[in-house]
Amino acid sequence: MTVLTSLAKALAAYSMGPQRLTVFRHQYISSKPIVIVPLTLAGETNAPLAAMVGSDRARPTLIVTRQPRERAERLQFAGRLASELLFPIEMAAQRTQPTGPGPNARMRVVDAPQIWVPNPAGIEFVRTLGRMTRLRQIEGPWAVPKKVRDLGIWLTWFAEQAEFADTGALIAATQALAAVWATGQSDLEDGNLAAQMAWLDPPEGMDVASAVSRAENPQLCPPAGPTTDPTFDRLFLEPALRDLASARTPAAHSAVHRRLTAMLEEQMRPTWELVWTAIDLLLEVTEAPRVPKRWEQQRDRFTSFHQYVANGGNPQAKRDSAGRSAHRLAELEQRMAAFEAQRAYDDPLVIADYRLTGEAFAGQVVDVDATRRVPGLRRSVLRPLVTVATSDQVHLDVDQHVYDPARNGQQAVITSVNETEDGWRIELELQNQMGGGQTAKPGSVPLLGEEVTYTSVTETFVRRRPWPTREETPWTHGGPPPDSTPVVEDAAEDWS
Amino acid sequence: MTSPQERAEIKTAEILTAFTNGGRRGVVVDSPPGAGKSTLVGRIAAEIATAGDTVVVVAQTNAQVDDLVAKIATRLPGLIVGRLSRDGYLPPPTLLLPNVQVASRVDDLPDCRVVVGTAAKWAQVRSARTWPWAVVDEAYQMRSDLLLLIVPLFKQMLFVGDPGQLDPFSPIDGERWSGLPWDPMQSAVAVLLRNNPDIVPHELPVTWRLPASATRLVQTAFYPFSEFTPGTHDDERTIHVPTVGIRRTVADEVIDLAADTGWGFLELPHRNTLRTDAETVAATADVAVRLLQRGTETVCEHAPGGRRLTAARIAVGAAHRDQVAAITRALRARGEIADGIRVDTANRLQGAEFDITVILHPLSGRIDATPFHLTPGRLCVLASRHRHACIVVGRRGIPELLDAHPGTEPVHLKDFIKFPDGWEANQAVLAHLSNHRVSALH
Amino acid sequence: MSVVDERLNALRGAAPRKPHNARTLAALAANPGCLRRTLLDAAGIDKGQIAQGLGVRISIGQMSSIAIARGKGFEAKVKADGCAELLRLLREHIGLPVAEVHYHDLNPADTDDRITSRLRRSRHALRVSAESNEPTGTLFDHPILQLTVNGVQVRIEPDLIAFKLGNQFFIVEVKSFAILDGTADSGKVAAAAQQSAVYVLAMREMLQTAGLDPDMVSDQVVLVCPKDFSNHPVAELLDVRKQLATLKRQLDRMESVESVLRLVPPDLSFDLRLDDAGRPTRDPQELAAAVFQVTARYSPECLGACELGGVCRSEASGMVPVLGRVVREDLGGIDSIKEAVELATGLREPDAGQQQASDLLRRAYGMREAALGAVR
Repeated sequence: MTVLTSLAKALAAYSMGPQRLTVFRHQYISSKPIVIVPLTLAGETNAPLAAMVGSDRARPTLIVTRQPRERAERLQFAGRLASELLFPIEMAAQRTQPTGPGPNARMRVVDAPQIWVPNPAGIEFVRTLGRMTRLRQIEGPWAVPKKVRDLGIWLTWFAEQAEFADTGALIAATQALAAVWATGQSDLEDGNLAAQMAWLDPPEGMDVASAVSRAENPQLCPPAGPTTDPTFDRLFLEPALRDLASARTPAAHSAVHRRLTAMLEEQMRPTWELVWTAIDLLLEVTEAPRVPKRWEQQRDRFTSFHQYVANGGNPQAKRDSAGRSAHRLAELEQRMAAFEAQRAYDDPLVIADYRLTGEAFAGQVVDVDATRRVPGLRRSVLRPLVTVATSDQVHLDVDQHVYDPARNGQQAVITSVNETEDGWRIELELQNQMGGGQTAKPGSVPLLGEEVTYTSVTETFVRRRPWPTREETPWTHGGPPPDSTPVVEDAAEDWS
Repeated sequence: MTSPQERAEIKTAEILTAFTNGGRRGVVVDSPPGAGKSTLVGRIAAEIATAGDTVVVVAQTNAQVDDLVAKIATRLPGLIVGRLSRDGYLPPPTLLLPNVQVASRVDDLPDCRVVVGTAAKWAQVRSARTWPWAVVDEAYQMRSDLLLLIVPLFKQMLFVGDPGQLDPFSPIDGERWSGLPWDPMQSAVAVLLRNNPDIVPHELPVTWRLPASATRLVQTAFYPFSEFTPGTHDDERTIHVPTVGIRRTVADEVIDLAADTGWGFLELPHRNTLRTDAETVAATADVAVRLLQRGTETVCEHAPGGRRLTAARIAVGAAHRDQVAAITRALRARGEIADGIRVDTANRLQGAEFDITVILHPLSGRIDATPFHLTPGRLCVLASRHRHACIVVGRRGIPELLDAHPGTEPVHLKDFIKFPDGWEANQAVLAHLSNHRVSALH
Repeated sequence: MSVVDERLNALRGAAPRKPHNARTLAALAANPGCLRRTLLDAAGIDKGQIAQGLGVRISIGQMSSIAIARGKGFEAKVKADGCAELLRLLREHIGLPVAEVHYHDLNPADTDDRITSRLRRSRHALRVSAESNEPTGTLFDHPILQLTVNGVQVRIEPDLIAFKLGNQFFIVEVKSFAILDGTADSGKVAAAAQQSAVYVLAMREMLQTAGLDPDMVSDQVVLVCPKDFSNHPVAELLDVRKQLATLKRQLDRMESVESVLRLVPPDLSFDLRLDDAGRPTRDPQELAAAVFQVTARYSPECLGACELGGVCRSEASGMVPVLGRVVREDLGGIDSIKEAVELATGLREPDAGQQQASDLLRRAYGMREAALGAVR
């Protein structure tokens, strides 16, 4: 967190209204999001109890297990969820377009699926359900329908994508909201979707304080799950499950099941509505300029993973091998740095954060030498000098590379930093993006008097040797691990 | 009784034998602060090179590489030392030696008997070649994912590092790898040892940097399982500060105390502040400048007749970059006398050595201790850079803050557990400082 | 009875003493700087009742009946047939070469089995075992332990098993959260480690009192949990050295309850004045005034760790701590939200100590306004 975020929280608490943290929305929002509101049975490891799923706010699909303690019923649940999710995934994969003209163009899906869950625990549900189903066999003993295993592979992919800072594949509503708005309560309280939404969209005619108080009462606002409210468990769920187990006739069983379904729907419906309202609120915020490009990359990732699955790719391993973990860490770091930089370049409130911490400065150009050339390897190169006067507290040193967000991250090197009476004078040498000509292309060098911003925040790209495969794991990291492809033992994995 | 020199020599010979004659793929050497780590690295590289083999030296930062290249090239005037660098690298004047070659591709350094480069650079090498020997310096600062990339290049590797310093850093939450023996967020040595329990680290036995007054504290607080001794006696390292007459300030008092005992704690009144608390920053800068103004002299084994303390032999350390910036400004405002004092964060002071250090205590003015503050390595680096004395500046209330710190960090199964615990290390240092306190009552 | 005990009893009033257990002792680590909690816990006051007396909802300590049932079922499975499953685990996963073991049942013999006699039995059994050199392993099911807390002997009745092999005792802790592919919820593991540290310390104290070597109790605890999605147990060794150090220092600090008492008025009482039906008759406002006499150290984490979390939150309303620890740190020691906002917007002149924070807030506010103004 930063001073600006903390200030926004104080302002929100003082004004009893939400405060913007960013000028733009940096999250892509699909025109056809898929929402999942899951519930699990307390005490078990991710035993699905029910889920509300779909892309149509008015007509959610309701999936309720017939008996959450039974393995076969959990498989049934997974199968029904698979029917809901694999269809939009397949539909999206069918509609492709070339990445560009020319013969080297690849195919890319026109739009990729995007899943919303209420909170981070919902992402955990997706991950664990993926783990539960992806290592099943689709033939032989313990076989499951192919769609169940495919669901596992896809849920795992979505959950893994959600680890990336720039994810657009699987989104927790609380986190997407917290990226845009500060409320006057702590992050911990913001983790409760109902309490967070009480600040952003209190019920008609209710003030924020009353709305928050209502939202914190699980009897009035059921928890957003997947864990259910203990009082609900004791008063309603436990008796219903008992009746379900003791129902002697199919008719009695379905009567109890209808009752169970109704009560679970009542628990999920408010959260379902809140997630959709959250999406609507976010849609009203202007999208940041670099969002479409990021989404394009996400579509590429979806396209290639779909290809992998279609070609019969293996399900993901239980844990990352040494090479896989290092590779993933590098990708997580690279995508996080890129996302941070892109947010800063796009959003004046985000760059303000960096200005406050001394990693960026804004000011006026007070001196320009636009035609300066210095000797290069073969011939002299254009290296204009720009001097900026700023009143920001700069913590950047000489030789530091900085970038100009307004000129697509044009690189400059700080050549001197001098303190003046009312701030700092910073001299920069521009490095690139000025065209190949004798003089700089128009607009590529700031003009005298122009307001400019520079920051040290940048995307990083590191060239490296290839990461070792499992078989190449060196002795320092334990050598090649035993084979990890799913075995019958995994398929036989007990579920209760 | 053997002398410290003899003990260190015996250990060095033992390490050299274990590495070159032991037939092991990996040898680890733990080095407390100032125990002659880079000397060892230079010497082992030189011995292997002199014996006719090619040896690679891997360091973590470009400054470390430059330093090692200069040392090794001076030691081996007859052999060519290669400096593997990035494109566009300009060697500093210290490397303008006839037997140093610089190249950005290792294949352009075919005649070099010793090749030195950063771990990040070696991780880019795409040569078909492999090397029989590699010495990795500051191995505890290297992340295990980098190690993964460079291991295939070498047959036998020696890892030298200081286990008490700061662990490598990543902004990523690495929970998904917690407990894995190859957790990429862990240091190279931690992963190496976890996967190869038969490797028992050697320990360098003598700290040449730390004075006797600091060795015990640093050892008990930060290296509870190590045994090292100071290379000098109490009376071999002394500080003389000409007395001041009238208007003796608290800065003078704490300097006098530190001159006598090796430690001083200038304690300001309790207050919750911003990190860049102007009063603490000013007090820190004052102490550093007063050391110079008063004409401090240090006496040690290298200068038994005493020598004048210069700005370059003083470091001011802090936890955060904004604090460093604020102290830098405060020093600049105190005139040119302060020119040349090194002001830096703990991260960047790793491996450096000074005569006297002045430290802004990381927990000064804070309301809560965070894992960042409690990382034992941070305080360890700050408290172990000096040859003579260390003066800490901070606000009152740090022990209370530590007492109020919730002990509820998440626990992962099979996780890498590191000792000492930051909380305990911090308490040990504070307990020691409480006997060296000068109160500034504003 | 000591003066301190008398004062603590007076604070509690007529309500029965709520004794510490391993869970409450482990929870000491959650917010050791809070005087309010320290004092109420030391006096054995039921904080949940106080919260209810003040009309504030408690969000912690509630566990689903379904989860409890499953937890009991799992523990029964582990202990079934003389702990057959557990022995299998100790052999397979921990590598302990257990050939044959004795099983020592220290569960209550019947409903009348008093805790004092169980304690005596447990102590005797553990001591005899500690003194013997018999190589065979022994399991002790449900021993009663005792720990000195703030000068008072606290009895702990853990659902645990102590296991002795050679001359080492191991604490075995059975938990019902899953270990999935070798990992488990880090918060739950941390809680288990903290509780286990209480048991280790209590057992060490017991041995020490008996004149035996306390280090016979290992600081490696055996954690038994369901494996993956199943109900089959799996075991993992847990290193609790750090938790032990934390616990020891908490207990050392608790000796200073005396100094906390010095800070509160002599006639302070938290007595709820329950009527015959157990309903509190004390005026909530008066009770609140009494509670607020003792300073709390509120942070939002308290909501999940202390029954009084909601009480302290409403008390701290309008103050910076309700926004979270990081915000409090960022705002540089300014306590009131109103003050912070007024300093930021320039409505208030800073005090001597606020100048720096005020400058920063004003700069931040200016940037914020400029950035938002451009798009408004």
